[in-house]
This record gives sequence, C-alpha cells and structure tokens, in this order.
Amino acid sequence: MSEEEEQRAEEQRIDEAVETADIAISVRGLRNSFGDQIIHDDLDLDVRKGEILGVVGGSGTGKSVLMRSIIGLQTPDAGEVHVFGESMVGRLDDEALAIRKRWGVLFQGGALFSTLTVAENVEVPIREYYPNIGPELRDEIAAYKIRMTGLPPEAGPKYPSELSGGMKKRAGLARALAIDPDLLFLDEPTAGLDPIGAAAFDDQTRKLQQTLGLTVFLITHDLDTLYSICDRVAVLADKRVTAVGTIPELLATDHPWIQEYFNGPRGRAATAAVERSRAQADGQGNGRR
Amino acid sequence: MSKAADLAEDTRDGDRIIRLSGYLSISCLKDLPARLDSIEGPVRAFDLSDVEHIDTIGAWTVHRTARRLGSEIIGSNDDAERLIAAVGAVDEPVSIRPDKTPPLQRVLGQIGEAVYNSGSTLLGLLDFFGATLVASWSLIRQPSRFRVNAVVQRFEVVGVSALGIIGLMSFLIGIVIAQQGSVQLRQFGMEMLTINLVGRLTFRELGVLMTAIMVAGRSGSAFAAQLGTMKLTEEIDAMRTIGVSPMEALVMPRTLAVVVMMPLLGFYASIMSIIGGGFLCAVALEIPPITFIQRLREVVPITDLWVGLLKAPVFGVIIALAGCFQGMQVKANAEEVGTRTTAAVVQAIFLVIVLDSFFAVFFTWVGWN
Repeated sequence: MSEEEEQRAEEQRIDEAVETADIAISVRGLRNSFGDQIIHDDLDLDVRKGEILGVVGGSGTGKSVLMRSIIGLQTPDAGEVHVFGESMVGRLDDEALAIRKRWGVLFQGGALFSTLTVAENVEVPIREYYPNIGPELRDEIAAYKIRMTGLPPEAGPKYPSELSGGMKKRAGLARALAIDPDLLFLDEPTAGLDPIGAAAFDDQTRKLQQTLGLTVFLITHDLDTLYSICDRVAVLADKRVTAVGTIPELLATDHPWIQEYFNGPRGRAATAAVERSRAQADGQGNGRR
Repeated sequence: MSKAADLAEDTRDGDRIIRLSGYLSISCLKDLPARLDSIEGPVRAFDLSDVEHIDTIGAWTVHRTARRLGSEIIGSNDDAERLIAAVGAVDEPVSIRPDKTPPLQRVLGQIGEAVYNSGSTLLGLLDFFGATLVASWSLIRQPSRFRVNAVVQRFEVVGVSALGIIGLMSFLIGIVIAQQGSVQLRQFGMEMLTINLVGRLTFRELGVLMTAIMVAGRSGSAFAAQLGTMKLTEEIDAMRTIGVSPMEALVMPRTLAVVVMMPLLGFYASIMSIIGGGFLCAVALEIPPITFIQRLREVVPITDLWVGLLKAPVFGVIIALAGCFQGMQVKANAEEVGTRTTAAVVQAIFLVIVLDSFFAVFFTWVGWN
C-alpha cells in the first residue's frame, strides 16, 4: 500500500472511531511527576462525546499538565491516554497526525504566532493539514471563522500585539476551530477577561459547541463558567480526579475541598447569580403565557 | 470510497440540479471546491439529501457556490441546515491582509520613518546623557546616596567575569596580527618590524577597540535586557513610587562600572595581545622573548598607552548609555526587549568605531603619533 493510501485508510478508521465512540477521551492510571514532586498518581478520567467537561482544582494540582498529557505535549511516567480509542502515549508527532487533526487547542495566553496576522494564524492549520484547499477558499474560511468567534471584521489583518486580551483569546479560538475539530481543549479561556467579556466568551463557547457538535475539555477557575456552560465538572485533588459529575452531584459529596470550593463566598455568589437568572427567565416565561 | 465528496448533475423539469453526496468535511472534500467553482450557472438547486456528513467547511463551500449561482439548497438534514445557517450568518466581508500601499509611497514612507527614528534616537540618547550628568551631579553633592555595593557588584559582572573571554580573544588577536604582519614584512626582510606592528597596533587601537566590542556584546546587551525586563514587570515604576530614582539606582552604578572597568580591561587586553604576539614571534620567527621586550620598549612610545587608556572610559560611557537608554525605552511587550537589546549593541559598537576614528585624527593632530 502506498503511503498516501495508508494515510487515507488511517483517516477513515479515525473517522469511524470519531463517529461511533461514546467516550472522546479516556485516561487510565495516569502518573506524572517532576523530579520528586508527584503531580498525578493513578488518575482516571472519561470525557463523553458531545459534552463540555469543566476541570477544576487548586493551583498546582496539575490541570494544565493533565491537558498536556492528553494532547501529547507531556509524556506521562505511566498510564494510558486514549482519544477516540487511539492511544496517545509515546507516539511520535507525525504518527498520531490523523488524530491531531481532530482537535483544536486554545492555550492560556492565546499562543498566537506573533509574526503572523490573525487571519494568517487561522490559516496555518488549514495550510498545514489540507494543502488541497486553494488560497481563495482558505481566505474565506479564515474570514468566517473570525466572524464566528465574535471578532470584528477588521481584526483579520491585525497582529497579535495589537489585540486586547479578550480578542487574543477569540483569535486563538478561531485558530483552534480552523479545521473543524471534534474535540476542543480550552485552558482557562476566561482568565484575565472582564466579567462582561468572560460571559460573552462563555456564551460563544456554548453556542459553537452546540452548532458544531464539539466535545470540550475546559480548564477553568471561573465558577460562573462552570455554572453556565459545563455539562459535567471534574475535580482534581489529591493527585487524582476525586469526583466527576454535575454541580448538584458534586455538592452532594463531602470532600472538604469541593465543599469549600462551591460553598465559599465566591461559590455562593455564583450559585445565587445562576438562580437569579433562572428565576428571571421563568418570570419572563410566565409573563408571556 | 463512498466517503469522498462527490457531485452529479441532474435535470428535473428542465432545471439543473446538482446532487452532492458523501462526506462534505474538510478531510474528504479533495477537489470538490474546484469542481464547484468550475460550474457555470444557471443552477436551480443544490441537493444535499445524499450527504452523509457535513462540517462548516463543507457547509461554507456549498453556501458560497449557491450564493454565486443564486441557487437554492434543498434536501439538507438538521446538521446541514444548522451549519449552513451558521456560516451564512457570518458571511460578510472580513479584511484578511493589511492594506497594501503603492511601492513608491511605501519606500518613501520607510525612508522617512528611518530618518525620523534615527533622529529621535540621537536626541533621546543626548537627553539620556544629560539626565545621567544631572544624576551624577546630584550624587557628587550628596555622596551618601551613592550605592557603593551596587557599583562593586557591577564591577564583578562587567570586569572580573569578562577576564577569561577578553584575555583569550586578545591573545589570539595578538597571534593573528603577528602572523599576518610577519608574512608581509618577510618580503622586505624586515621581520623585526613585526614587533613594532604588534606593539603599536594593540596599545593604540585594537586592545581597547576589541575590548569595547566585547563589553558592548556582554554588558551593553545585558543592561538593555535587564532594564527592559524591569520596565515590563513594572519594577521601575514601583521604584519611582517608593522614591528611588532609577537613574541613580540602576543607570549610575552600571555606567560607573563600565567606565572604571573599560581602561583596566583595555590595558589587560593589550598586554594579552602583546603576549600572543610575543608567543608567535618566539615560536615562528625565533625572536627570543627578551629581545621582543627590549625592542618593544624602544619602539612603542608611552603616548601609545595613553591614547588607548584615554579612549577606554569614553567608550565605556557610550556602551553603558546605549544599553541603559535602550532598556529604558522598552514599553509594550517582550518582543521589544529583544529588538532593543540588539539596537543597544549595534548602536554602541557603531558609535565606538565612529568615535575611534575621531580620536585617531585628534591624537595625530596633537602630535601623539
């Protein structure tokens, strides 16, 4: 079989896996350490297809390290990571290419290429993975991706240094979505944004997730994000995922960190805000009836 | 390969209908966009009922073609309808590339910008020099505010830790001068003149000049990067709010350290060059070291040493000023630290060489040749 055919067969296999799998990401017995410091020990986690999974945990519990282990930027000491049934551990960059095309990553600072404009940044994955897409269509794709993530039309030719923090995140999101991934990794997408910008970003994420049928792995500190858009929340503590579930399910556990997290002053404020907005929505609904 | 996107033409009631089939996703589109582009109108509709899977890129491809030909999209399932609606909603012109200015205008603009930049840099450097003078005057009036520790610490960084590299470099340069000189002078049978060449050249010019270049590369760049980073992390602003003058706390110790260290390093470099030259003379020309030293004393006037040592502190001022000035100019982002550091080294070396040529003329004029 020629190399190209092999590649095509591989892609078809992944296509089928993506379509049939119920679990997008499965992590088993993951162990990560830096020197003497053990970050994860025997960590298990499943991300279901089509959900937004929020990952929370105190500083230094290894949320970003977990993400880096899944996307293959960090080789774990032990354990298995499967993305759509494909093992990701110990595979070289070009081996897992077919699966790499299936995800987009938004890093904390946006990680835009500083020498390229926003539009060129969005075009990089398309150019890299699908050279068969002509320049004209590529420009059009970049254009609608830019608009889809809520950037103004004049943001295209700007360089990352000319953008505000919120716009950088949106541009990073546009690049992450450039080749229509099935899986989206977001590392603290609302950190450093003002509350209005953060709420708008959450909204956008939710909308895109619904339109594009994405599975989202979302690391966050933002309680509002957890309440407003996450289907389930995974809590990292004691070097593993101590609990996974909806927020009411988590509240029912008696883990001290979880209790403190959701019932602390900020947690209560976020709960109250959600209840208020629900009550408001109900009120309007009743009024109309 | 049922998955590859494909199209077929169909005629229904005299109207052309394009039936799309397979996977309309980025990985399976292959040449479909090009084939759709080559379709000439009129087309009544695009039928998506045989499409098995679609993503936004497929949806966009269909949407743009339908828009171009003014056709309808029929037979789409929920997925397709949702995605086509989503991409249709954001179908508006977005600027992709920066506007291109005509070449002539651009070149003129660039020249103008370069002239303006070099002018403002020169003015800024003068301004900075003035500020340094003011700061040193206030330190002279209030010597208690002088930061001895900071200066001594800089002595070590600028001077002592540079000894190794500057020594090695000078030693090698001494060897090179002696070797190249002797090859030329041998043609006249005047190999002994190699000693004149090595002695005068190193003390007058190369010892100090090479030291200045090395110090600019080592310390000037470090100053720019340090101050630039401090500027970015708002350390310098914090200093100001506590009432510490960055001029006194950061710039003065560095400038003073370089000014004091340059003559010492320059002298040391000259001696190392002489040793290198003497070593080659002994090995290759069989001139014994004693003869070398005797001859050196006869042919190198003491004014040569003064020429070198007088230039050194002036070069030091330039290196320190360029480094600190560029560092303090950093405003926006981390990238600027890099460009400013480069600018500091380039400016320092350039100004040192320009000044060196002035010195050469000046010392000849006063008769020290």
